[in-house]
Amino acid sequence: MPTSFNPIFEPASAQTAAMAGLFELVLVICGVILAIVAGLVGTSLMRFRARPGAAEPRPCFGNRKLEMIWTAGPLLVVGWLFILTAKGMQQADPPANQTPDILVTGHQWWWEVRYLPGGEVTANEIHLSTGRKWLVRLASADVIHDFWVPELARKMQMIPGQTNQLWLEADAPGTYAGECAEYCGAQHAGMRLTVIAEPPSAFAAWLQNQAQPALGPVSATAASGLKLFQTMTCVNCHPLRGVVTGASVAPDLTHLASRHTLGAGVLALTETNLFRWLKNAQAGKPGCLMPDLKLTDAQARALVAYLETLQ
Amino acid sequence: MSATAQAVSREESPLPGGAGSGLYGWVATVDHKRIGILYLLTTLVFFVLGGVEALLMRIQLVRPNNTFLSPDAFGQMFTMHGTTMIFLVVMPVLIGLANYLVPLMIGARDMAFPRLNALSFWLLPCGGFLLHYSLLAGGAPAVGWFSYAPLSETPYASTSGVDYWTLSLLILGIGSVAASINLIATILTRRAPGLTMQRLPLFVWMVFVNSFLVILALPALNSAIVMLFIDRHLGTHFFAPAQGGSAVLWQHFFWAFGHPEVYIMALPAFGIISEVVPVFARRPIFGYEFVAASTVAIALLSFGVWAHHMFAVGLGHPMDLFFSATSMLIAVPTGVKVFAWSATLWGGAIRLTTAMLFAVAFLIQFTIGGLSGITFAVVPIDWQVTGTYYLVAHFHYVLFGGTFFAVFAGIYYWFPKITGRLLSERLGKVNFWMALIGFNTAFFVQHFLGLMGMARRVYTYPDLPGWGLLNLISTVGAFLLGAAVLVLLWNIVVSLRHGRLAGDNPWQAWTLEWATTSPPPAQNFDRVPPIRSRRPLWDLAHPENPDPPVGGRAARDGFVVEKNRVGMVSFLITESAFFLMLILAYLYYNSHGMSGPAPESLLNAQRTGLYTLCLLASSLTVWLAEQQLRAGKTVAFRWLLGLTMGLGGVFLFGQGREYFRIFHAGVLVNSNLFATTFFTLTGFHGLHVGVGLVALLILMGLAGAGDFKSGRIEAVRSIGLYWHFVDAVWLVVFSVIYLKLLL
Repeated sequence: MPTSFNPIFEPASAQTAAMAGLFELVLVICGVILAIVAGLVGTSLMRFRARPGAAEPRPCFGNRKLEMIWTAGPLLVVGWLFILTAKGMQQADPPANQTPDILVTGHQWWWEVRYLPGGEVTANEIHLSTGRKWLVRLASADVIHDFWVPELARKMQMIPGQTNQLWLEADAPGTYAGECAEYCGAQHAGMRLTVIAEPPSAFAAWLQNQAQPALGPVSATAASGLKLFQTMTCVNCHPLRGVVTGASVAPDLTHLASRHTLGAGVLALTETNLFRWLKNAQAGKPGCLMPDLKLTDAQARALVAYLETLQ
Repeated sequence: MSATAQAVSREESPLPGGAGSGLYGWVATVDHKRIGILYLLTTLVFFVLGGVEALLMRIQLVRPNNTFLSPDAFGQMFTMHGTTMIFLVVMPVLIGLANYLVPLMIGARDMAFPRLNALSFWLLPCGGFLLHYSLLAGGAPAVGWFSYAPLSETPYASTSGVDYWTLSLLILGIGSVAASINLIATILTRRAPGLTMQRLPLFVWMVFVNSFLVILALPALNSAIVMLFIDRHLGTHFFAPAQGGSAVLWQHFFWAFGHPEVYIMALPAFGIISEVVPVFARRPIFGYEFVAASTVAIALLSFGVWAHHMFAVGLGHPMDLFFSATSMLIAVPTGVKVFAWSATLWGGAIRLTTAMLFAVAFLIQFTIGGLSGITFAVVPIDWQVTGTYYLVAHFHYVLFGGTFFAVFAGIYYWFPKITGRLLSERLGKVNFWMALIGFNTAFFVQHFLGLMGMARRVYTYPDLPGWGLLNLISTVGAFLLGAAVLVLLWNIVVSLRHGRLAGDNPWQAWTLEWATTSPPPAQNFDRVPPIRSRRPLWDLAHPENPDPPVGGRAARDGFVVEKNRVGMVSFLITESAFFLMLILAYLYYNSHGMSGPAPESLLNAQRTGLYTLCLLASSLTVWLAEQQLRAGKTVAFRWLLGLTMGLGGVFLFGQGREYFRIFHAGVLVNSNLFATTFFTLTGFHGLHVGVGLVALLILMGLAGAGDFKSGRIEAVRSIGLYWHFVDAVWLVVFSVIYLKLLL
């Protein structure tokens, strides 16, 4: 869900600025060509209508010179476009020969985000510091997904069995929206991503926080929530550093409450939404892989209390 | 006409009212005109079905966070809509029109192979029924019309929807290929005297070129879906990356079909426009030779652009640049056509009949779609807009605003020839304006939605500024377009009964189909007019100012071909493409090392080499058999055929022994990708040998029953050619697998 109305034409990085500039130029070229064709056709419709009783027009079979011109002309235009394309590709997707900074793995239907070399893990949100380029390596745990943050970078597929990479950078601090752009199953529409660019100091603080394991629960309700988390099947899917290791198929919850959305951008992260999600995730994101755990209201409230402590 | 002549022509009329018009007459027909009508009626039914699927989706998308369709139901809808529109509507409607018109336009009595023609048609409702049966059998496929792996593999698509999809596409593909082989043979061998290849109407030329696209592109699809089917049912891993398969290979194989496919859906439409525009501008097409040549250029280039669907796959800049270049190049011949059609209008005397209105709208709408296509060829732009509604807008502009508007033009243009009555111009204008406004309203705004960030294939979207409004506008446009189609249907129903009688040539057109009655009699022509130029009826009507004779006074081309040979060669071309894809898959998977059984430990090259010699010897014997038959020695012929069959049988026995040994070693088709590709490639080859044996047996039987005595042995020569082909394929397969050539 883009934060700007017109994300492709409001680039927030050097790469997307190159793409937008090229796009604007090509649109103008296309506009001129369309105007020529529409002009020819429109003028003909106005000037050359059949008049009743008039004789058939004299047959004209063509004009070789004109035909060669309208073959050679477009060839030249196409050659020009090709040169622009080659240049644009270099600017929009410069080569990368360093180790990646972030590893993003696509899952049905969420994003696993892992920082290297520190190993900090989060889900569905990427934080960056402004003022530098980040090399993102893309992978998939299941089917083909497509990483797309229109204001910041090109699209790149996340293909099982293959790694791809792209550059991610933001000119200015802000929140940028992204989404999966390759049909990946029922909740393809519900696989949204938030990229938050911050000044370096704020980013460093965030990253440091993410590196900490979960703090212990502060209230009795939260403690019973933690107990529930450990005894019900939550631990089978959700990693939570400090509580459970070994799980990997669902988003890491260690700092869930520091995030802004739930369900990969489908709901805002509020207490109410968290409660609703725990009671019936399918209602919020039909088809998602979180089962109905048949929690009572009290159990759900306890879990919410615990999850809210995961700042 | 005398009473007898009237009775005769009524009996032979293909339309209701004549004898043989009962249901059985239609079901059993081999007349190309009836088959053409059957194609058109069937595609109409699927068009309505596909349209309903689209409208259901547009209802779901009319406002944000709507709950009209569940995500899975939506996934089924867009998969079925795309598959239906492409394989059950656009392709067959163009084949149906070609079926009806090509024999008439070349002054022929029927297609070269009338019974094959009937088979091609019946495979259409068969395949369509099978595809839609999935809705009752656990759910339609919900993986998109291009079914990317591994989403289409069993773990992620566990219902049988994808299986119905693959089987139905195989059936439909056979029908399309058969129809195209038939069209090639018809156009090459059935033209009236005087109609040289250079004098072909552009519709016929484009259908001819298009038929080669079909026979070369469909095998790529068939090979891919066969491999997917084997994955899903025999536990293999062609496209399952976790076990060594390649998801990207599916994309390459699919788009190797998929891109030529979009030109398959465009070229015949270009042909329709090339007929309609000149007639209603009262001028010959501007620059016939350039238009004809540009068709060939498009056909050739269309095989070199497929990976422009894969710019976001990470193939690397050099690959991306190559396909960007070819994709931009293909715009040039397409532009040549658009300029030629526009120039035909210039200086003409334009009659804005409904057919012409649709044709003019085609010109602008196809140009818009083609230009947005060029933006995709610019790779950095593609990196932003692929996978979005901007792409959805692009392909609907070329496929609906382009091809389908051309089909509408063709319907209004040729309906009088097919039925004898004109469609109502009044209703036609209503149809046109509703379609124009509805189509552009529905799809123009989708360009903006894509630019605003809306991905395609989403069952819903968040309530962002402008998204709801633009989606609402698109939905309203779609319904208006649907209503326009209803008006067309109404026009057809009403005009069948009360339309003005058309006569032979209501449009004063110039090609041969207008030189006979409307509808034509069973034999198509009582007499074909003299043909010296591209517009024989203009020459007849204007003896004082005929068109310059194309190709001088020549009445025939320099070459002569026989229809069975043409048919068989076309078939072998398509089979070669199929084997090529399987061989490429073998080479791809076996060029890197892998764990598990390997050829060195499993295969016996020497023994197989001996069996190979047997197979090669059988080519010799079948050739000798042909010589004996030509000399009239039927008994020797049958003995040599029997020897050929024996040698072929020995080869199959040898294959069987090899397979048995491999099974005995515990290796099955799903053991590893070497085993998978080995069994798939040799298995299909063995199947072809088996089919060849059956064909030889039939020939032996026919010869015993007295056929071929008159010296017309074309069928034998064609089967002989098939047999040599099977041997040649084996030589390649043996070299690649046993001798490790290219590995």
